[in-house]
Amino acid sequence: MASDRIFGLVSLFVALAYIASATQIQTSFLADPVGPKAFPMLVGAVAALSSLVLILRPDPDPSWPIGRTWVSLLIAVVVLIAYAYSLKPLGFLVPTAIAAGVLSYQLSPQPRAAALTGVGLSVGLFVLFRFALGLSLFAFPKGWF
Amino acid sequence: MDIFANLALGFSVALSPYTLMLAVAGCFLGTIIGALPGLGPSNGVAILIPITFTLGLDATQALVLMTAVYYGAMYGGRISSILLNIPGDEPALMTTLDGYPMAKAGRAGDALVLSGVASFVGALLATIGLMLLAPMLARVAYLFGPAEYFALYLLAFCTLGGMASNNQAKAALASCIGLGIAMIGVDNNSGLPRMTGGHLHLMDGIDFLVAIVGLFAIAEVFFFIESHGKGSSIGVKLEKVRIPWRDIRETTPTMIRASGVGFVAGILPGAGASLGSFLAYMTEKSIAGPKGGFGTGVARGIAAPEAGNNSAAGGALVPMLTLGVPGSGTTAVLLALLMTLNITPGPTLFTDRPEVVWGLIASLLIANVVLLLMNVPMVKIFVRILSVPAWILLPGVTMVSFVGIYSLSGSYFDLLLMIGFGALGYVLRKLDIPTVPVILGILLGGNMENALRRAMVLSDGDATFLFSSPIAIGLWIAAVVGFIAPMFLRSVLTKPQAVTD
Repeated sequence: MASDRIFGLVSLFVALAYIASATQIQTSFLADPVGPKAFPMLVGAVAALSSLVLILRPDPDPSWPIGRTWVSLLIAVVVLIAYAYSLKPLGFLVPTAIAAGVLSYQLSPQPRAAALTGVGLSVGLFVLFRFALGLSLFAFPKGWF
Repeated sequence: MDIFANLALGFSVALSPYTLMLAVAGCFLGTIIGALPGLGPSNGVAILIPITFTLGLDATQALVLMTAVYYGAMYGGRISSILLNIPGDEPALMTTLDGYPMAKAGRAGDALVLSGVASFVGALLATIGLMLLAPMLARVAYLFGPAEYFALYLLAFCTLGGMASNNQAKAALASCIGLGIAMIGVDNNSGLPRMTGGHLHLMDGIDFLVAIVGLFAIAEVFFFIESHGKGSSIGVKLEKVRIPWRDIRETTPTMIRASGVGFVAGILPGAGASLGSFLAYMTEKSIAGPKGGFGTGVARGIAAPEAGNNSAAGGALVPMLTLGVPGSGTTAVLLALLMTLNITPGPTLFTDRPEVVWGLIASLLIANVVLLLMNVPMVKIFVRILSVPAWILLPGVTMVSFVGIYSLSGSYFDLLLMIGFGALGYVLRKLDIPTVPVILGILLGGNMENALRRAMVLSDGDATFLFSSPIAIGLWIAAVVGFIAPMFLRSVLTKPQAVTD
């Protein structure tokens, strides 16, 4: 109940904000009868309507994960974001090994296996991508070797 | 005979050694992808698209590889359904109903071979149907103007939302999320930015591949973290594999009927393979009656959903190729592939680039034979791959996704977007909001708006032009019915629950 209501409320606000920003779209002098504003506003209106239905007639709650699992998920997201930022400056091998290792640990808490998975995946995928598929990846940060 | 001349053209493209090798590799990869729990046809194909793109394959080769993966994943989905009682993808759910009980009764090998043959029959008949029907539909599609296309896109959203979700409002909301995202970027008509918030990275819009990989692959990783990678151990031992000739002979009529049902379900825009296997199973169940023993591990209960599932996979290619409207999540992903390769699906594809279409059809036939040959004797190898633990598999999937998306543009911004879509996909799926309409919205949003605006230019702003032709009116009616009817049919169409131990 509550989850659908909250999601409906959030999406209602997003939809209204979307419509509001659609009214700010610049139109050019070469306008067609519909123009660039109408379709986004239509989409926003349908979304707002569906959100209202969600708020008024919510489905039963799904089973959300409990405390520790949330922490795991949050760690996974943070690691992935850090990985996204570090892929370019730090090269492929080191960030991949760390990120894959942490993810593996989140899936199954065995430190040794997770570390091995991280290193193995990092080296294996690098060989596969760099030499078999010919993608241009850098193993290490530029200037190390 | 046009068809044979075209087929000859197709085989001349598809039988070159390199293309043939790609088809075999695609089949192998696809079966593995389908078999691994948590990797289905849609996310499997999705993470491979960016990589195929950077490999520098030409359009036909890339298409051959990816459709081989697509068909292969449809075959592979049955392996984990039968042995683990875990459907590798959504359409394989119906196969668990009789496959798992049969495997528990010690006939795992029989069930695997039988389902492989049923998959072959379904896919073969569907490919033949595709050959016959697609050129005809392509001719009809020439009559489609912008008003008809607008109604057609609407129909796709309505039926997909109606069928795929348990709640119409949620499906509509999902479509709107997709359409709303598609609006981001520079407006095609006026050349002015929309919804970018002044952000430079958003000026050329959000790449649908980023959204697809995020919503399908990354969200799956979050789901596995939530369940801590449970449910990836072998459930049933596989003994000797023999070919159960008697079962195959007895289920032949079932396979043919199920293929027909599945093909029709696959053609409906927005319905797809899940509906195909569901309807095929339910039809056979009602034909067999209560004495048929469906749900206890009978041969027909395995043959029907597998034939229906693979047949629907072929049928879904018909609207995708002729109209550019995908019939399922996976064909939406294949449409994304075509768009990436700069091929515009639609009626002109058949006249302008026959080598692509017929090369694709020929390679489907080849892939099908390869898959049958691969799946019956080599089933043990695929079963062994199933025992790869989730804590190796899922990090691997994540890293492949990252490298694929990174190789598209080399910008960290796309990677961040992908993680965002992953989180969004997790929340949406938790709330039982379907993610396929989101993808469809991002893919088709631009076309849908263009169709509407072009129609309005033609009629000088007269909205009744949208309902001015019989085809358009028919599509509007179908769209409304497709959206509303499932509300009343829900009690009839409830999916049977998976068998539990």
